[in-house]
Amino acid sequence: MTEVGKARRRKEDARLLTGRTRWTDNLQQPGMLHVAFLRSPMAHARITGVDVSAARELPGVVAVFAGQDVAGEQGSLPCAWPVSDDIVIPEHPPMAVTEVRYTGEIVACVVATDRFKAADALEAIEVDYEPLPPVIDLETALSPDSPKVHETGNQAFSVKITSGDLDAAFRDAPVVIDRTYVQQRLIGAAMEPRAVLVSTDGDTFTMWTSTQIPHVLRVMLAMVTGVPEHQLRVIAPDVGGGFGTKLQVTAEEVLCLLLCRKLGKPVKWAESRTEGNLAVHQGRGQLQHIRLAADSDGRIRGLQVDLLADMGAYLMLVTPGVPMLGATMFNGIYKMDAYEFACKGVFTTKMPTDAYRGAGRPEATFAIERIMDELAAELRLDPIEVRRRNWIKHEEFPYTTIAGLTYDSGNYEAATDKALQLFGYDKLRAEQADRRDRGDPVQLGIGVSTFTEMCGLAPSRMLGEANYGAGGWEHASVRMLPTGKVEVVTGTSPHGQGHVTSWSQIAADALGVPFEDVTVVHGDTAISHKGMDTYGSRSLVVGGVAVLQACEKVREKARKLAAHLLECSPDDLDFADGAFKVKGTDSQTTIQELALAAFAAHNLPEGAEARLDSDATFDPVNYSFPHGTHLTAVEVDTETGHVKIRSYVAVDDVGKVVNPLIVEGQVHGGIAQGIGQALYEEAVYDAEGNLLTATLADYLLPSAADLPDFVTDRTETPATSNPLGAKGVGEAGTIASTPAVVNAIVDALRPHGVRDVPMPCTPERVWRALEGGRA
Amino acid sequence: MIPASFDYVRPGSLAEACQELAADEDAKVIAGGQSLLPLLRLRLAYPTKLVDVARLPELAGVHDRGDHVFIGAMTTHDEVMRSGVVAAGAPLLALATAMVADPAVRHRGTFGGSLAHADPAGDLPAVVLALEGVLVARSAQGEREIPAADFFVDYLESSLRQGEVLVGVKIPKLGDGWGFHYEKFHRTAQAWAIVGVAAAVRRSNGSIQEARIGLTNMGTTPVRARAAETALEGLELGDGLRQACEEAAADTSPPADLHAQPDYRRHLARVLTHRAVRTAAGAP
Repeated sequence: MTEVGKARRRKEDARLLTGRTRWTDNLQQPGMLHVAFLRSPMAHARITGVDVSAARELPGVVAVFAGQDVAGEQGSLPCAWPVSDDIVIPEHPPMAVTEVRYTGEIVACVVATDRFKAADALEAIEVDYEPLPPVIDLETALSPDSPKVHETGNQAFSVKITSGDLDAAFRDAPVVIDRTYVQQRLIGAAMEPRAVLVSTDGDTFTMWTSTQIPHVLRVMLAMVTGVPEHQLRVIAPDVGGGFGTKLQVTAEEVLCLLLCRKLGKPVKWAESRTEGNLAVHQGRGQLQHIRLAADSDGRIRGLQVDLLADMGAYLMLVTPGVPMLGATMFNGIYKMDAYEFACKGVFTTKMPTDAYRGAGRPEATFAIERIMDELAAELRLDPIEVRRRNWIKHEEFPYTTIAGLTYDSGNYEAATDKALQLFGYDKLRAEQADRRDRGDPVQLGIGVSTFTEMCGLAPSRMLGEANYGAGGWEHASVRMLPTGKVEVVTGTSPHGQGHVTSWSQIAADALGVPFEDVTVVHGDTAISHKGMDTYGSRSLVVGGVAVLQACEKVREKARKLAAHLLECSPDDLDFADGAFKVKGTDSQTTIQELALAAFAAHNLPEGAEARLDSDATFDPVNYSFPHGTHLTAVEVDTETGHVKIRSYVAVDDVGKVVNPLIVEGQVHGGIAQGIGQALYEEAVYDAEGNLLTATLADYLLPSAADLPDFVTDRTETPATSNPLGAKGVGEAGTIASTPAVVNAIVDALRPHGVRDVPMPCTPERVWRALEGGRA
Repeated sequence: MIPASFDYVRPGSLAEACQELAADEDAKVIAGGQSLLPLLRLRLAYPTKLVDVARLPELAGVHDRGDHVFIGAMTTHDEVMRSGVVAAGAPLLALATAMVADPAVRHRGTFGGSLAHADPAGDLPAVVLALEGVLVARSAQGEREIPAADFFVDYLESSLRQGEVLVGVKIPKLGDGWGFHYEKFHRTAQAWAIVGVAAAVRRSNGSIQEARIGLTNMGTTPVRARAAETALEGLELGDGLRQACEEAAADTSPPADLHAQPDYRRHLARVLTHRAVRTAAGAP
């Protein structure tokens, strides 16, 4: 009975697909009021007056507040990751009081008897703004004469990490490649927009919210609002996607709690898509200067990274930590003699940035994988070959990289060989040559991405060293119910990842019970009292291991009880298929029988408690390092600039796999999201700081119709840092696919004089790059 | 987003709908709602009243009327693209309609609605312009026929008058020798056209006798590429074709937006016109 490794269909899906769901916005409470927020139409302005009197008079309006009305009680939104000693963490009032610093910042709120009246009342609020100059561009923001976002200036922090002798690496280097890449801002666009509902019984507050982090949120809300932690319950009901954007303590959550406390009534807020585009934290936002020194045979000598990271107007939960998650990843899978990472966090009058699928690692991977192609082109080497000459060889693991991380395991050769074979690399190169020779208006490009990532966040000790405010452990508790069924309580908080299914598989194997007999409970701080939630490809690698260890503890308790009942030593028992059997006899008892025996408690070992349950908190000793090789072939129409992805092969090594179907889904979604960054998506602000992509007609997301069939496969090199051998898969596809696609486009156009196309590689940008190459 | 409050009526007859519209200059017709509702939800439009014409029998159905196909204004895109009458009498329209948005929109959105909305980025206005359709409007004063060339006045503005409802469109059947194509260029399958080219080409004895080219999103209204049409006359399939299509962007003033600047749109109009004409003319 081996469940782990089986492509189980998800237990979650029948309910989700038939609409028996509990999204926050579907929930009702008796007497519930509705909240609407008035948002700043200006990127930067002083608030000189807010007149809410007319709005207060409208029918159905219960209360209207401006920032000034709650200035003393709203607190400041938290930043939990002060990455450096010089960091500046400005006050971040949930509702702006004296100044607005981005378009979409909340300036007032209405509470009304229904959401329609609340929306209408927003138009009756008069706000007087005195415009201040916007701060948009990262480089000019740091010039001394730039207008300031905050009085302290526009630099949030600076960090520099060096390893090895960089000067020596660059001195007399036969090849130096110098490039600048822009990581555009992205909008998470989770299928379920955010929603918050807060109710109170007078003593305690219950918040339902579309969040990835109910546990972290409860702690932070208690710290920010002064509502005592034990009187606050946070529930993440069904949550429809997050991609990092729901890893946040939002202004809306804090204000809904405040409004419930002030009014003593349940309040609900649900955002529109446009509101979300404006005011959900955005991803990426980096200007990357990259220098690489190499020998003439392509061996890398050194890498220098100089980043400007767009913080937006404030530092939110992990805003400054995002670029730091990439600080030790720009070297990728490659060996080199010297490395330098310098980063400045820059304030701008835009929506704050924060976690977005991959968070720091895609940015780093993009830069190194793009510049590896540039190195190959410079030396007229095949891009695969130049990677082979530099990557860490299988026999060299565990390997401590120039950036100081120890990659525990990996097999880049195996993944790459498999990918090349599935892709038909040589045949496609031949077709490319043929199209070039013929001057075909449709050129073929081949893109490579041999990536790794640091995930499974994270060893608490390492997070402490990085100055993060919390640990990286995860918790699980497991109980055998009297009838032999199993209840698993997890501290992870799934919002599409299928933990109910995967954790059932782990528990079924560990306890020898049927998959169907396991239920998994999550996402409610009153039920799952301890957790660190879901982000950073951590859930299986950390939380799944906690489930396994809790199950193992239960099993060992069961073994003692079985030994007692069967009158033998625990060591004389074999455990298989859910039964303890006395070695060499037919005498046995099942775990279900033991569950009932523990419940009845008629005959327990001396000193044993009447329980067959346990819990475990797992803290990993290292990050995990999934890797893989992604290859894509794109057709570029040189007359129009249109890019069509013709084929895509992904061979991922995510270690041991619990559910191949779920892994497949994560890889597919991840690749699509990374292609979104490469080709379609960008949060565009104009020079005044207005967001031009406030709807999904302007912010383009790829759909299935825009994507090819992905060919996916795996190699399996187990992680050595956790007993499951799993590495995490949530972010892999997103990290790998973006550079693969851009590399392919540039590869197609290199004979036309093109060596970069800025993302997203829109047809117009491809066409202009071609025009530039022709010039 | 939540629209500002408005009244809603569903008249039982076309005459009643015309009365409702004539009585209130801020009333607006709602058909499938695929264009109007987003405007309301973003609070970019504040009509006092929506007059729902979607179920009026006078506006329904596709009819073969001998020399033309008559398409009721409330025919959904899905019905248009599946209609045998349209496929036989106005194949270009069937082709282009299949490229409108996605199946969900095509089941709600209507042919007449997308014309009356007069969005130059919509696919169908340029097609109807190229096919020299005639739009039929009704008001309390009676019925009026408006050639497509006179219908599209400005950005989101048609020549429909207050109190008038678009009843349907007459699409003249083109005879033998005509070929068609709609070349839509967009960034994602569900996105608006950056540029679209509707081409109808009549060939005889190997050369082009007549070409009609409608351009999507190349100005504040759909436009005909008249200079290219003229340049194409008499040409055989070959290199001369591309040169003639260089005229496709003449006299256009395409918009600048997130997806394209005007010079790129002009470039696309030339390239896409060449492709559309070649395909319409039956080039391999």
